[in-house]
Amino acid sequence: MATAAAERQYELVYIVPPETPEQQVTELHEQLASVVTRMHGAIEKTENWGRKKLAYDIGHHKEGIYVLEVINGSGELMKELDRRLRVIDVVVRHMIVRVDEERKVVERTRTKRQSESERRRVKRGLPPQRQPGEGRASERDDVDDDRYDGMEG
Amino acid sequence: MAFGQRKTGGRGKKNDKKGGDKAQGQRRTLFRRRKVCKFCADKIDDINYKDVKLIGPFVPERGKILPRRISGTCAMHQRKLQTAIKRARQIALVPYVTD
Repeated sequence: MATAAAERQYELVYIVPPETPEQQVTELHEQLASVVTRMHGAIEKTENWGRKKLAYDIGHHKEGIYVLEVINGSGELMKELDRRLRVIDVVVRHMIVRVDEERKVVERTRTKRQSESERRRVKRGLPPQRQPGEGRASERDDVDDDRYDGMEG
Repeated sequence: MAFGQRKTGGRGKKNDKKGGDKAQGQRRTLFRRRKVCKFCADKIDDINYKDVKLIGPFVPERGKILPRRISGTCAMHQRKLQTAIKRARQIALVPYVTD
């Protein structure tokens, strides 16, 4: 659909063992960053989630340090990153997900819903935004109560 | 008499009919709750694999994905939930199986 030049956005999550020193983690990040810049991509954001318990054992690890990178770039770049991550031993697990298209859809539905509600409100002769203290107070609770599993946090 | 229910009642309610038509109204008020899609009700557009708090309740102890018939999630959101859970499993945020 889009031209080849169109930028795509990916999310990369990788897990390294919890005993890895901080320095090695940053080193790894630098290594990946160099690949990204070399192939004309850009890292938009990096998040270190820190030490987390794994839902199941990977190898003999029960915990891991999660790192998330949001990367703008081409598919070629991600292919190369994927290949490299497979080779690097410290990375226990990694996953790459393309996010730009889904994000677009989410934004579209959100703006659509908003404009739709504004349109309806204006039609009813109300101000387009919801005023504080408007609507039934019990509304929300009722909806929550109706749910089967009732597992709100 | 069965038509006196709420608009969306036909979709979410359970199929096992124990009583006849007469028992319908009473039974509902007693122990059948109208099931609503959590994501539609709370207007959650983005079901993200990173959001374990959101996904968690749909992965019971055993590790299986909670079926729509029980959770009441609508088809669209169940599909999105499904991909989210499968992605979360890959990076060990959510279990595949637990015994």
